[in-house]
Amino acid sequence: MAAKVLRNGLGPAGWAGLLAGAAIMLAPLVWTLLLSLKNNAELIGHSEAALRAPYTLQNYAAIIGNSLTLRWLLNSTIVALGTTAGVLILASLAGYGFARLDFPLRKILFVFVLIGLAIPSQAVILPQHQLFSWAHLHNSYPGLILPGLIAPFGVFFMTTYMRGIPRELDEAAMLDGASRWTIFWKIILPLTKPAQSTLAVFTFLGSWNDYWWPLISATRSDMYTLTVGLAAAQMNYAQTSGLGYLMAQAIFASFPIFIVYIIFQKQIVRAMAGTAVR
Amino acid sequence: MTSARDWRGFLFVAPFLLLYSVILIFPLLRGLWLSLNQVDLFGAGHFVGAGNYVRLARDPVFGASLVQTFEVTLMIVPALTVIALALALALNRGGRGAALMRGIFFSSAVLSVTIVTLIWRFMLAPDAGFLGFAAKAFGVEPLPFLSDEHLVLPALAVTTIWWSVGFPMLLFLAGLQQIPEDMYEAAALDNAGRWTTLWRITLPSLRRTVVLVVMLQTAAQLQLFGQSQLLTAGGPSGASRTAVLFLFETAFGRWELGYASAAAEVLFLIILAVTLTQYWATGRATAAQDGR
Repeated sequence: MAAKVLRNGLGPAGWAGLLAGAAIMLAPLVWTLLLSLKNNAELIGHSEAALRAPYTLQNYAAIIGNSLTLRWLLNSTIVALGTTAGVLILASLAGYGFARLDFPLRKILFVFVLIGLAIPSQAVILPQHQLFSWAHLHNSYPGLILPGLIAPFGVFFMTTYMRGIPRELDEAAMLDGASRWTIFWKIILPLTKPAQSTLAVFTFLGSWNDYWWPLISATRSDMYTLTVGLAAAQMNYAQTSGLGYLMAQAIFASFPIFIVYIIFQKQIVRAMAGTAVR
Repeated sequence: MTSARDWRGFLFVAPFLLLYSVILIFPLLRGLWLSLNQVDLFGAGHFVGAGNYVRLARDPVFGASLVQTFEVTLMIVPALTVIALALALALNRGGRGAALMRGIFFSSAVLSVTIVTLIWRFMLAPDAGFLGFAAKAFGVEPLPFLSDEHLVLPALAVTTIWWSVGFPMLLFLAGLQQIPEDMYEAAALDNAGRWTTLWRITLPSLRRTVVLVVMLQTAAQLQLFGQSQLLTAGGPSGASRTAVLFLFETAFGRWELGYASAAAEVLFLIILAVTLTQYWATGRATAAQDGR
């Protein structure tokens, strides 16, 4: 009965609306793909040429031949992987401390971390920029990675998850004489794999797509990430002469993230169901 | 028994707390201090008290950027919430078709703002863009979305909605999964129709998710920056300059760090006030629901 109410809800009009919506979602992506497969000269003043053959891979060949774009790809990869690893380590340690150990000021310190959830990045970006200037960290990987490690949500997330693991497990290990570190490393950490991969996917996506911080921290073009590099290219190509090449860059830059998304799609949806709505 | 109070537990939280204090809390306090000073790229700066705030209150450019930020937020948040909710209701079912559709509607959310604006600039451009091309095919004069003062904010809103519809859709889907089946069974026994079930069971059960989505989206759109900077550079004649773009230009274009910090504090307070108001409203709504 219930199944009927839930699953027969969509009539032909509903499906037509959905398909129209899907077409609106996909049209820009398809248009971009078609533009990226066209000879630049053909597109000047006639972007509708994108709808006609011949198509070519020359724009992609030009990207592979352009060391700067590859460098941006490398930078994005280093920054996103570094940020993800750092967040996982810091948030797991802090989550274990807050969830399962007792030490002076624990509750107050946890509230102190929660305050961070309410601070928008634009409220701190100028002093952060100053701080990193003093430390001579601009245009460096640590400079690009460090601000991303401040993830109060990650700490909150790991704390909540670790609180849900039964206490008896570490009590038994304690009786066997295991140290706190051994319990953390050998017992708790392996049990948090699902939470780790969820946090990893969100951190990776966020870091890969971040525009705000690398825009002001990386001022040398060889230290740009893909997002910033493409933004700079976008400004230069305002006159549409390199339209096909620009679109090929967009497709090229989105490719790794689509792969991550497709691999982890189920995980993302499940993670939302488990955490966000409580 | 495991919880003999022991300072060594502090060692686990110390690495995060150290970085957190240096990179987030110190800049937060430093920003407050900067906002009370006149600081430029060269001098050490001097204390001006509320001077920057007084100047902001009189600055028509800042005022316009705030108004435009509110306008674009009001265009985006309600539309995004309704569209995401409708999609979630339609796609909350098994089967490959629905799974594929969910994938399609979420796909744009994994793109960076740079790529989104790159794509939409060539969707919206009247001469070289897709919409212009489509308009000509139907014999209509294409609209200059990005160069008309009245069209530019709606164009930013459409771009943003296209980009960000996936995440709230997932939140609503998660919310729908948590509604107990027996509520629907009870409704079916009472012969409730589809609309009645939607209004009496589904939507009230989703109330908390709706508020969560509105809160998250409002906070996000009040900080709208990349679309405005990359699509239009705030133009034409400042019509799409948002508050964060104002902050960015003031800080990294004119290097007036104190003045920009004051603008950042004002925006921070606005976001905080809006979020707290919505939070308070949820508390009341939930209380009213429980107390009926």
